[in-house]
Amino acid sequence: MSAGAPTSEAAFVVRREPTRDAPRRLSADDAFAAALRIASLAVLAAVVLLVVETLRGAGPALHTYGWAFLAGREWDPVAERFGALPYVVGTLVTSALALLLAVPFGIGAAVFLSEIAPPRLGATISFMIELLASIPSIVYGLWGVFVLAPFLRTSVEPWLIQHLGFLPLFSGFPFGIGILPAGLVLAIMVVPTVTSVTREILRALPDSLRGAALALGATRAEAIGVTLDAARPGILGAVILALGRALGETMAVTMLIGNSNRMSWSLLAPGSTMASVIANEFTEAVSKLHLAALCEVALVLFVVTLIVNAVARLIVLAATGGRRDVAGAA
Amino acid sequence: MSPARPEVSLPGLRPGVHWTRRVANRVAIGGCVLATALVVLPLALLVYRLLESGLHGLSLGFFLHMPKPVGEAGGGMANAIVGTLIVVGIGAAIAVPVGVAAGIYLAEYGRERLAGIVRYTADVLAGAPSIVVGVAVFGLLVVPMGRFSALAGGVALAVLMLPTVVRATEEVVRLVPASYRQAALALGAPSWIATLRVVLPAARAGVTTAALLAVARASGETAPLLFTALGNRFWSTHVDQPIATMPVMIFDYARSPYSDWNAQAWTGALTLLVLVTVLSALMRVATRRIR
Repeated sequence: MSAGAPTSEAAFVVRREPTRDAPRRLSADDAFAAALRIASLAVLAAVVLLVVETLRGAGPALHTYGWAFLAGREWDPVAERFGALPYVVGTLVTSALALLLAVPFGIGAAVFLSEIAPPRLGATISFMIELLASIPSIVYGLWGVFVLAPFLRTSVEPWLIQHLGFLPLFSGFPFGIGILPAGLVLAIMVVPTVTSVTREILRALPDSLRGAALALGATRAEAIGVTLDAARPGILGAVILALGRALGETMAVTMLIGNSNRMSWSLLAPGSTMASVIANEFTEAVSKLHLAALCEVALVLFVVTLIVNAVARLIVLAATGGRRDVAGAA
Repeated sequence: MSPARPEVSLPGLRPGVHWTRRVANRVAIGGCVLATALVVLPLALLVYRLLESGLHGLSLGFFLHMPKPVGEAGGGMANAIVGTLIVVGIGAAIAVPVGVAAGIYLAEYGRERLAGIVRYTADVLAGAPSIVVGVAVFGLLVVPMGRFSALAGGVALAVLMLPTVVRATEEVVRLVPASYRQAALALGAPSWIATLRVVLPAARAGVTTAALLAVARASGETAPLLFTALGNRFWSTHVDQPIATMPVMIFDYARSPYSDWNAQAWTGALTLLVLVTVLSALMRVATRRIR
């Protein structure tokens, strides 16, 4: 791509030159370009459509509750009292848990793949991790329900309760489904994003950085520390990108979180996220207000992920000097 | 793509290096190896379990038979497989032409201000939660039509496919050497002929894989179909009726308390995984080779 840029400019000159003196009329070229422009406007239209439709659907709820919607703790479709706080908190807690696990391991793996492993091995494992990112959410959910949850219920959670049960975070019963399993499967799902983007960013750094550190007598790990320091803004972008993905993830979380609308301090207790409540209740919502409340949840989720994604991509773009394929790797 | 790193033979750690730094070095590198192992481990476990639980349910009948009621042996996902093909087909019919055109636009007129905006919007759209797309299409199509439908499911998938097609098309069209276009222009071809008859055919393999990748990803999507295509226990190929799809059927079967339905969910998931990962792998390999 870098080699292509100057030559394609030459192509522009060739294209423009002959038309300069020709009488100005709508040429086939102009029509073609216009058609392409219209097609690309469809991308903008899709985003506008998403916003408008969720906003329209949420109208009655917005009108009835306003901002208090986000602070309300009660979600009672029968009494038509809707507050989204448990879901907002559920989304934030599961995403935070996912990042807490995914970020250190994801960065560690990226360092191994780009700095330590022989190039061949690094490329192979990266390829596998990229495939991990393409597995559908429903497959993770299925695996979570039948493999991860029983394992947690019989092995991990009893241990946590026995040894750390004095903390409110680990009190309660070993259900196998709940906030912790949901966060865990989310971590598995977003770790490829962290690893792929971080690896690309590390690879984009100049080798002189490593060379200089090594020449000064740094150990290998210390030299890696120097590169990581230089990569910090980009890695931040990778983490925010992963956050965006975790916030909106639906199926695997819906299957693993237990779908309770009560807030609890315990990570072992069942909960709900914004995405999971929509998935669970949308087709069963009978009253207009219930549907509107779910649309408002969707609207909030959408706006939050839009902001998170927009920020993440700006950071990654800035950190890599405009290489879109890095952010696109996610 | 990135220049090969010069082969620097590491000086090893000379005896003069303090032992704490030596230990820190070992620990840090060991930690990275461990982290990589832990990242790959779930993939291995997942694939292993999918093969173990999914393979023995795999038979011709799974693809050809209708779902049977609980308790009756056999039965397959024929209606869901056809449903997925229909819904994904509708999505692709909308997203591929529009997305390819937008991708060509970005590659050929990439310096325009609009191109920058479109590119960024496509990236942002790619990050939109798929469940929200379902909610929006519900309002757009399901409510006015008065029922769930394959069409609504297809439109939801089209929105999800669009950014993938746009981005991948731009990438592969950019890889066509500028000399191709210049040669066409030098022979007197108008710009649009050069694009359509020379540049695009040269990028055909890449554009095809780009479209396939988008289709593959979309075929695994569940959330946007839950309240657009809904699902259907029966055979249906009507575009304006609710329709069964594989991801939704896997979801329903996985949540059911019946073990033969659970087993079918595994087989369905295995089929879906093979479909999606094989196509994604093809895309990666194809774009890498073109580079």
